[in-house]
Amino acid sequence: MANMAQAIRMALHYAEENLGVTDIFGEDVGAPLGGVFTCTQGLKTTWNSPLDERGIIGAAMGIAMGGGRPVAEIQFCDYVYNTIDLLKLAGNTCWSSNGDWNLPMVVRTPVGSGIRGSIYHSHSFDATMTHIAGWKVVMPSTPLDAYGLLISACKEQNPVMFLEPKALLRVKGEERIPGEPDDDRALSKAIDAPLGDRSQWKPAWPEGLEAFAIPIGKGKLVREGSQLTVVSYGRTLPLCARAAALLADEGISVEVIDLRSLWPYDWEMIKASVQKTGRVLFVNEDTEVTNFGEHLVRRTVEELFYSLLAPPRLLAGKFIPGIGLADTLEMASVPQQNDITDALRSLAGEQP
Amino acid sequence: MSRPRLIKESSAPLQLDKELLVRIHDLMVKTRVLEERLIQMYKQGHGYFWIGGPGEEAFNVPLGLLMKKGQGPEYDYLHAHYRQSGTLLALGEEPIGALRQMKNTASDPYSGGRNFAGHFSLRKYNVAPVSSPIEVQYSIAPGTAMVQKRVGGEGITIVTGGDAGTAEGDFASCLVWSSRPANPLPILIIVTNNKWGISTSAEGQHGEPRVSERGKAFNIRSKTINGNDPVEAYQELKEAMEYVRKERKPFLLEANVSRLYGHSSASGANYVSEEEDCLKNFEARLEQDGVLTRQQMDELRNRYTEDMAAAARIARDEPLPAPETIWKHIFAEDK
Ligand SMILES: Cc1ncc(C[n+]2csc(CCOP(=O)(O)OP(=O)(O)O)c2C)c(N)n1
Repeated sequence: MANMAQAIRMALHYAEENLGVTDIFGEDVGAPLGGVFTCTQGLKTTWNSPLDERGIIGAAMGIAMGGGRPVAEIQFCDYVYNTIDLLKLAGNTCWSSNGDWNLPMVVRTPVGSGIRGSIYHSHSFDATMTHIAGWKVVMPSTPLDAYGLLISACKEQNPVMFLEPKALLRVKGEERIPGEPDDDRALSKAIDAPLGDRSQWKPAWPEGLEAFAIPIGKGKLVREGSQLTVVSYGRTLPLCARAAALLADEGISVEVIDLRSLWPYDWEMIKASVQKTGRVLFVNEDTEVTNFGEHLVRRTVEELFYSLLAPPRLLAGKFIPGIGLADTLEMASVPQQNDITDALRSLAGEQP
Repeated sequence: MSRPRLIKESSAPLQLDKELLVRIHDLMVKTRVLEERLIQMYKQGHGYFWIGGPGEEAFNVPLGLLMKKGQGPEYDYLHAHYRQSGTLLALGEEPIGALRQMKNTASDPYSGGRNFAGHFSLRKYNVAPVSSPIEVQYSIAPGTAMVQKRVGGEGITIVTGGDAGTAEGDFASCLVWSSRPANPLPILIIVTNNKWGISTSAEGQHGEPRVSERGKAFNIRSKTINGNDPVEAYQELKEAMEYVRKERKPFLLEANVSRLYGHSSASGANYVSEEEDCLKNFEARLEQDGVLTRQQMDELRNRYTEDMAAAARIARDEPLPAPETIWKHIFAEDK
């Protein structure tokens, strides 16, 4: 099966062929590299921008205003911070012009820990991004979801922030993307650029790729359970799923929700699950102070208080200025498998 | 502090057709009277904040007249700043729109009561929404220019902003993105230099003798002009626009202008008598050359003053947007 980087590439290929994508650009996005994570290799409309994040976001806005359909990349989300006012502007352009202008643009950026990226290649962006109204914000945890969400993003009339969990970009999926060939090696040979000289290389895109779209705003029930709910997205989602499988052996039944879309998000799915289980843990790896999960906790308390058997909890990254390079430091800074399993076990055992 | 020169040679004959001179004058008067009405509305409590362009009419009006007006990349894009009512009126907008924006009525055609005066947005004429953060338009403008370059045709992108704002990185972004040898862009980069950023003088803001000289480093054709002279502004804009239209390359134009009522209501919005008044000067020349009589010009001004007062009365009585409309247009619906 395709990994997430390949899935993103296939979705972008589909989108430039069929959905009117005109510009896929950013630092090192075009030839010869095709993106530092290889997500844009071999695509037709790619180009390398100046090393200027404000210019990249600004150009995407201008291209969208001009009638193009841009997919811009910020190489690491850590470098998106100097564009915050432009993100705010992109988010409010439709509203402030009373609906006159809208910006159909996608911004992709890799987020989170997991590649030993030290202080400036490990940041999360979910809390900051969900604070900026007027954007849709998605973060897949599987290649198929990455494909389907990106197809939806490229059909949007509105700006979409597509957050790519770096730790999962090289993880193969368990579900096949519609149209993807059966043989993984054949896929790699067809669409992964060769090492060395690539000047003559052209990808052989799978012919049957489809407009498989995952609607923005819909979560995914990854595993059914009856005793507690865990809601996550991105890198920590597979860890939550593994924890649920582990705890099942201990007789603890955990329902796992992959939020997939952070804004708008699937409150109905969370609500139905929490009303059933009475216990909920929200997990992400952004720093824990003013965390997007805090919003979910607040809403859970306000709307579902009388369904709760235990206080809703948040497991998130430590509130520290960065993620240190040493393995021990990274592991201690953001939720790991054990932290999640322990937190779920503890929540399951909590007695009023 | 060095000041913009008054008029090149005040005795030289006006080098534009009479009809055009009259039209420019008409729009300059209309703009001035509109701005004075906006200031009055603000001072009477019919608005919360005023910012606008009295003093810049001689440059802004010709700009609007010369734009290829329409929607989409075949036409010119304007990434404006907040002093360009003259350009909007020259594009054919009626002043009541600006009055409605000042009064934040639901009928405000540019923002539905959501944004400040002077913050125009007009998709039908490719006028991008004016933003309060200064200079961001310089980062955005290369995007429309890129589309225009690809589409072909004659459409160009025009971006304007103030001189103090050129200290922001977005201005450098614009120079870089517009002049890459592999993809030069059809963009007219304008800086209106009124010698001030709120209260900080140009001397305290930037060291280059002329902002336009920054273009040299990027191999961008550049010029500084007297933006207080509508004839010079018209001719220089025309030439610069023709270059950008034809060559599909950037041009950096610095226009020295006046700031006739200070920075905004934040600095009092009172008439600054030491500033050159482009309208007064132009009228003196029109009279001297026998294009218009003093009486004709006075009558025109009186007529606009009455029109504007009537329009302001209309705007004042219109309803504010309903509170529940805050939820409208957060996202665009499929069009
Ligand atoms: C990014 C940003 N910083 C600060 C301000 C506050 N501000 C508004 S106008 C202005 C001065 C702008 O001067 P200039 O660029 O010369 O334009 P002018 O208003 O003189 O036409 C400032 C500092 C702002 N609007 N945006």
